Amino acid sequence: MIIDVLLILMAISVLILMRLRNLFAAVVLLGIYSFLMATVLVALDAVDVAMTEAAVGAGVSTVLLLGALLLCKSSEAKPVHKPWLPLTVAVSTGVLLVYGAWGLPDFSDPQAPIHQHVAPRYLQNEVDVPNVVTAVLASFRGFDTLGETTVVFTAGAGIIALLRRRQRVDKDRKNGA
Amino acid sequence: MKYDLVLRVVAKLLIPFILLFALYVQFHGDFGPGGGFQAGTIFGAGIIFYGLIFGVDTARSVLPDWVVESMLAAGVLLFAGVGIAGLLLGGNYLDYFVLDKNAVIGQHRGIFWVEAGVFITVAGVMLKIFYMFALRGRPED
Repeated sequence: MIIDVLLILMAISVLILMRLRNLFAAVVLLGIYSFLMATVLVALDAVDVAMTEAAVGAGVSTVLLLGALLLCKSSEAKPVHKPWLPLTVAVSTGVLLVYGAWGLPDFSDPQAPIHQHVAPRYLQNEVDVPNVVTAVLASFRGFDTLGETTVVFTAGAGIIALLRRRQRVDKDRKNGA
Repeated sequence: MKYDLVLRVVAKLLIPFILLFALYVQFHGDFGPGGGFQAGTIFGAGIIFYGLIFGVDTARSVLPDWVVESMLAAGVLLFAGVGIAGLLLGGNYLDYFVLDKNAVIGQHRGIFWVEAGVFITVAGVMLKIFYMFALRGRPED
């Protein structure tokens, strides 16, 4: 029930977001969207994902987008073409995903195939960590998490490589090198 | 925002609790919701908040660039190092059972260090991206 209300609010914020030309308002609205998403995740009992969504989606990325706004104009230019093709692609992808979601088992259905495969083994809890999510992420799927950490590292390294080169060149020029 | 009294006072009140909450999420992750990734983002967000209110340079004097850049790599190396420790102690890569004579304690030890690695890398990346974006429009210092 509360999830439906939140999802409707999210849909409304996306519709407003589409019409906005003022980028500052768009950034703030994106933050609101992320907080709504975080609330949906809390309602689904995924508190850890909600924490990440609130901290990254609503917090850090809003700050980064505002930082980017400082460097460019604060309102979006009118598009030259009518966006019919992208709109069709986006809407048909969305319809397909919703159609696919109907085929999924019910939420928290214990008979769902995913709960019959390796989940019982996880729940035997030979790791003896009360929070099963931590046990699964850090121990059972350690390789997976190592890969994720490497992805995060790569993102940081990529940002450094992209944004620092110009400063380095300037410094070299200053030193007469 | 540097000279806004209300923001400065509220930030000073809130930031210790944000950082403490990050540590709570990190070390209580075995029992409640949370873990290295969540704690890292919260910690990073706390420092970024500090940088927003008191200026990026103040944040950079708390956590200088070289610390943040080392954090980036140190976390992944710590994570991978736990795996190699497992190899050296006679198990498979990322096998925590061999980290202690008692298998369960070995698991706890492995999970602790692995989560610490995730925390360090995630917090470092958050801060590094923020520093990079915030200093982008500024001439070289």
